Amino acid sequence: MRVALFTTCLVDALFPDAGQATVQVLEHLGQPVEFPLEQTCCGQMHANSGYFEVALVRRYVEVFSSYDAVVVPSGSCAASIHHQHPMIARAAGEHWLAKRAEAIATKTFELSQFLVDVMGTDDVGAYFPHRVTYHPTCHSIRMLGVRDRPLRLLRKVRGIDLVELPRWDQCCGFGGTFSIKNPDVSAAMLADKMEAVIMTGAEVLCAGDRSCLMHIGGGLDRIRAGIRTLHLAEILASTEPGYGTNQLPTDTAETTR
Amino acid sequence: MSAGETIWVDNPPFPANAKQAVNDAQLRRNIRNATSTIRQRRATMVEELPDWQQLRTAGAAIKDEVLAHLDRYLEQFEQAATQRGAHVHWARDADEANCIVSSLVAATGEREVIKVKSMATQEIGLVEALAKRGINAYETDLAELIVQLGHDRPSHIVVPAIHKNRREIREIFLREMGDAPADLSDDPHALAEAARRHLRRKFLQAKVAISGANFAIAETGSLLVAESEGNGRMCLTLPDTLISVVGIEKLLPTFRDLEVFLQLLPRSSTGERMNPYNSVWTGVTPGDGPQQVHIVLLDNGRTNVLRDQIGRQALRCIRCAACLNVCPVYERTGGHAYGATYPGPIGAVLTPQLVGVEHAATLPFASSLCGYCYEVCPVKIDIPTVLVKLRHDVVKAKQPSAEGALFAAAGAVMRGRRRWTRALRLAPLMRLFRHGGPPPISRWTAVRDLPEPPRQSFRDWWVSRSVTKRGDQQ
Amino acid sequence: MSARDEILTRVREAIAPAPAPAPDLSREYRTRTGDGVETFIARLHHYQAQAHRVPESELGPTVVATLRERQARRIVAPEGIPAAWLVGLEPLRDTPPLDSQVLDGADAVVTTCAVAIAQTGTIVLDGSTGMGRRALSLVPDYHLCVVRSDQIVGSLPEAIAKLDPLRPLTFISGPSATVDIEMVRVAGVHGPRRLEVVIAG
Repeated sequence: MRVALFTTCLVDALFPDAGQATVQVLEHLGQPVEFPLEQTCCGQMHANSGYFEVALVRRYVEVFSSYDAVVVPSGSCAASIHHQHPMIARAAGEHWLAKRAEAIATKTFELSQFLVDVMGTDDVGAYFPHRVTYHPTCHSIRMLGVRDRPLRLLRKVRGIDLVELPRWDQCCGFGGTFSIKNPDVSAAMLADKMEAVIMTGAEVLCAGDRSCLMHIGGGLDRIRAGIRTLHLAEILASTEPGYGTNQLPTDTAETTR
Repeated sequence: MSAGETIWVDNPPFPANAKQAVNDAQLRRNIRNATSTIRQRRATMVEELPDWQQLRTAGAAIKDEVLAHLDRYLEQFEQAATQRGAHVHWARDADEANCIVSSLVAATGEREVIKVKSMATQEIGLVEALAKRGINAYETDLAELIVQLGHDRPSHIVVPAIHKNRREIREIFLREMGDAPADLSDDPHALAEAARRHLRRKFLQAKVAISGANFAIAETGSLLVAESEGNGRMCLTLPDTLISVVGIEKLLPTFRDLEVFLQLLPRSSTGERMNPYNSVWTGVTPGDGPQQVHIVLLDNGRTNVLRDQIGRQALRCIRCAACLNVCPVYERTGGHAYGATYPGPIGAVLTPQLVGVEHAATLPFASSLCGYCYEVCPVKIDIPTVLVKLRHDVVKAKQPSAEGALFAAAGAVMRGRRRWTRALRLAPLMRLFRHGGPPPISRWTAVRDLPEPPRQSFRDWWVSRSVTKRGDQQ
Repeated sequence: MSARDEILTRVREAIAPAPAPAPDLSREYRTRTGDGVETFIARLHHYQAQAHRVPESELGPTVVATLRERQARRIVAPEGIPAAWLVGLEPLRDTPPLDSQVLDGADAVVTTCAVAIAQTGTIVLDGSTGMGRRALSLVPDYHLCVVRSDQIVGSLPEAIAKLDPLRPLTFISGPSATVDIEMVRVAGVHGPRRLEVVIAG
């Protein structure tokens, strides 16, 4: 099976650790992964702001059509590929592209979906001795339907102290350019999310979308909450010292935030 | 579209209204309390039905069938209702509907009418239009009464006074009701009792009533009004003349279809297995209820919505307000911030389509696209998708802007691998603005830090790793 | 062009470009549930309505005793309500039609129903014998409804199938109520504040 990684533009540019961790998890399970360098962005930020970049849809289709599967460490971008790409192609009158976009969407998997459904495992052999709370991002649960797959993966992590996030079904208030266009509502939603995270007493807030984590983590940093944010892949890539090749992302708080 | 003073869309725009609402501590608490209660109630009632998803599917399909053949169903409805003694009128827009209703009331010689809560009459500004013709219309739903007495505007589709708490309502009653007992307490039971006494005489004496309808049955020409308090039954039963203003999308093909919608609506709207009262009437029943029955079929922009193949699904809406009750934006701004008759997620997709996106350009952006609205919608309206589609329409209708230029530039960079790779090397510049930057970055950094940029991009890491790997293999 | 013709033309123009495929109206929801009398009574209690179940033979005396217990004397009695249900009480017959003020002054109304729904605790009145015109069961502050146990169906679809849409229908689920103030349910607003159901058989 030829598997490609679509890191998403955000991870490529600002959060390479999440991308590296995704590669590590897959390789640790014996699944080689390729990173086609022609990839850039799925165009979701544009689409959600009203700018339909059909060129980015075409690019995604062309770059990834030759692979058997595409893994995306983002529920939001995976959902955009599934639901928005065909619509954007149709809006541009490119019905053939829409068909191809639909076909590629069926081979495009969010990380937890790929691990559980395609690799057939919910235990990736990780070790992470920290108190963690998990925020299920809106697009991953409502648009993509990842359900409890990320939690199943987290529950199998050795040493983890996983605590439920109160009001976990509530949006964090990021919403892409929503955070800029409606800054006051976004800030109000962020405040409630941060309160919920702080109440858990967790050291780490985990999610399957680096974008939402950038928003919540940015807020937590601002108030010096002392809680770091990690992508699901980063926890799944952590192994016991001396076991396997991976390293604990111990210095994340310093370097990636 | 013209609609008198009820349309105040986009003036001021949503973000400005929201800024004010977000800082209104009392409003925030009132709305949060009420929506969390109703949200829980709905969830319990929905979980109880093992076939909820099948009901939603059927509800959406029935509404789609109506919309796909709306001309046929409208003609069928008109014929059936007329045959049973109703007078059917057609109104292209708000002004025409208001004119028809005013003339019908004037013809009775009455100066007072009683009203059942109705979104359609709210939408066309009927009460204000009647007032201009010297006709007083009294709202009889408790929440609408609170809003009317308080010289306020509704802020919710099902619970229009959701933004007021019991203490505020007590003050309004004492100040405005005229016949409220001086020792009125703020106990909801006492407040409801005061409303009962206040309206009793009006119910028993009124000669003309105005209603909307939740459903109109094409097959039989019947209308249905769902309610809780009995004020609806009073209005539909006691007066001599009944005038119902009904949006053309309210049709259902057959009476049987109610078996779906009377399960979907009460569980979604008030979180009940069934609301206390549903009244169904067909034209005139000799010796029972109003003997003069008028139905005004209202377009007022609905055919514009019908024209849009993605946006059309908004016409499936049965006004249950489940989307408002779960919406994180609505929860923090309340309904007034939307500046239109229909607030919340459904308002954000319906209003711009009814009045034209150029008149409501900020509403499609009043959402984080979290999708909770779609999840609870009893007729499966994919609100997030319609919002994105409308955002696209707004952008297309807009003059060239700085924002447009920024997105065009970003698009250009992302269309080419070299440009993108070079752009990524600029990421460290972000460090300058981590804790504060110029607009629009300031809108982010007002409450959040920007992330510390990484030493290298993912692709640079990948390329360097590939080089190392190849080196290892040699 | 008349408003009617213009609206119909707009509709046809709007739906013409893409004739929608016939929606899949498969009706895969339940059209029958096993809910019975016990559920019906539980639902009525949930709505803060009173419910009693008595053998057919005790129906008349139960109705009379119930009304007396509530101090109801002047009873609105639609055509078809047997005299045995009103022994020793003051029936108000609707021939000629009672004035609204008289209805407002009555202590109670007694009706039968067309069908009852267990799952939702609903009684449906259709204006036929024993129910009268709609105002009769609305204006008095206390509504006592007699339901024969064989009139109770499990679910809404079963009830809809039994109803005649051309009759004026009133679906009643508990006493009048409101949640308009802070979402707190208050039973009793404009419609009857007390609903009591006597189930016979």
